[in-house]
Amino acid sequence: MLKKSILALLFTFSISSMLTAKMIVNMDDEPAHMEDNKLCFDCHSKAVYQYENEFSGKIERKAMNPNFIFKPEEFYSGVHRHFSCTDCHSPDYETFPHDAELRLEEMYSCLDCHGGDETYARFHFETIEEEFQKSVHATKHDESFNCWMCHDPHSFKIMTHGNYKISEIVEYDNNTCFSCHDYKTVKFQRISDSIKPPLEEIHDFLPNFELHFSAVRCLECHTDTKDTMWVAHNILPKEKAVKNCVECHSTNTMLTAKLYKYQNIEARKDRGTFNAVLLNEAYVIGANRNIYLNIVSIALFLLSLLGVAVHVFFRIKKK
Amino acid sequence: MTEKLYLYPIWLRIWHAINALMFLVLLVTGVSLQYSNIDFPLIRFDYAVTYHNIAGIILSINYLIFVLGNLTTGNARFYKLKIKGLFQSLMKQANYYMFGTFKGEETPFPVNADRKFNPLQKVAYVVTMYVFIPIMIITGLALLFPETIVENVFNLSGIYLTALLHGIVSIMLLLFLVIHLYFSTMGKTPISNFKSIVNGYHEAHD
Ligand code: HEM
Repeated sequence: MLKKSILALLFTFSISSMLTAKMIVNMDDEPAHMEDNKLCFDCHSKAVYQYENEFSGKIERKAMNPNFIFKPEEFYSGVHRHFSCTDCHSPDYETFPHDAELRLEEMYSCLDCHGGDETYARFHFETIEEEFQKSVHATKHDESFNCWMCHDPHSFKIMTHGNYKISEIVEYDNNTCFSCHDYKTVKFQRISDSIKPPLEEIHDFLPNFELHFSAVRCLECHTDTKDTMWVAHNILPKEKAVKNCVECHSTNTMLTAKLYKYQNIEARKDRGTFNAVLLNEAYVIGANRNIYLNIVSIALFLLSLLGVAVHVFFRIKKK
Repeated sequence: MTEKLYLYPIWLRIWHAINALMFLVLLVTGVSLQYSNIDFPLIRFDYAVTYHNIAGIILSINYLIFVLGNLTTGNARFYKLKIKGLFQSLMKQANYYMFGTFKGEETPFPVNADRKFNPLQKVAYVVTMYVFIPIMIITGLALLFPETIVENVFNLSGIYLTALLHGIVSIMLLLFLVIHLYFSTMGKTPISNFKSIVNGYHEAHD
């Protein structure tokens, strides 16, 4: 017991030191390039955009390619919120109609900016890349499967380094997986010929599938349980996914090393022990145990047996 | 002389048999779930979940037999508690169990056609059947449909609080069972009450 609480304490300290490290992105100030970006968002945030045709002088209305629609709210709540669009895109985009050749513009990958830079060292981009290379996403697909498949730089948030609730982390991260792995999406068909059965069918071994999907992330079972990464990127082949309930549903639940390591430090400061983190938001049968209840119940049970034994003793003796 | 009284009608015995069996399944699977451990699984977790759910649903439906049976037959009269003088009669019965019985005294509340239970038994049965079991059924059903539970109560997960109540009352029921089983051996012979709940006839003390 003591050993456990010491471990929990150490764990708390190590995480709090990580979290109290200065936030890299200032999320409080107004975004730096709202004005300039508005020019782009004027068209690129709408399903239908309009412009004046220089030749005919008429106002034209056109449907926007859905892949090129970005919501300003999402952009400005993401990690790249202080960017100007033309920080990454060619300044030639500033003219309209855009030059057709611009379409062939190369997209940056995460490491192009974040690789080998001390500022981002704590995010371990290089390790993420290594882990990703081992994952099914890299081994079962060609190079066209890049970071962008899951992480859109136009909206990406670091959920696990902020004050997000566990349920928010779960929803955000799972939506990342669902954006391809939901059988209804086109995205999956873009890179695969196979047609997947619905997720609820594949996961029908889970009692209360919906509750599981809203309480834990796909990552919990589909990455290595011994993964030491902050956010695991080595997605395992489906045969290797965790299927043994007790991996989570026991006091040494693997969730402590996975999802629950992100619980924000504020909650920890208030409540202290790790069990409190579990209680705060989730109830995992077999993992949340109330130590007092356990002691009292065992004591009462033994007392009742003792009472019976004493009574039996006298019954035999006085016969 | 051994007098035989028909005190346990057939519907009651059927209810009791199903109830006892499901209760044991719930107890074992429930303990297995609560104390689940990777290295020492009592019952495989997913099996335990399934059995626990099924047994819980059967016990709940079966509970209706108990309530309806008592509403429609005279059996309910055995459960009527009179508050006046209750404490004295409880003490009397407790006294008998603690001392009197060893001195060969007569039981203070002998069983007859109008009195099936002694006061202690009566209170235990009323509390168990009309307080504990309903709480277990309600919290159990809620946990089966967790989306119906309030999410957050004073910063604690509503599901957790429901599960805690389910757990606390389950311990009360475990204690009830130990006491119930033991006091059932206090009949005419240690096994005569067990025979009664099977064949329906009570064997009175000589
Ligand atoms: C598991 C094995 C069980 C055994 C061997 C057992 C045995 C007995 C016996 C011998 C009787 C007749 C004596 C009496 O009327 O007091 C009885 C009656 C009764 N038992 Fe049990 N019991 C068991 C489980 C339970 C459980 C789990 C409950 C409730 C949660 C329960 C509730 C009752 C009630 C309410 C009566 C009185 C029924 C009536 O006459 O109206 N029993 N039981």
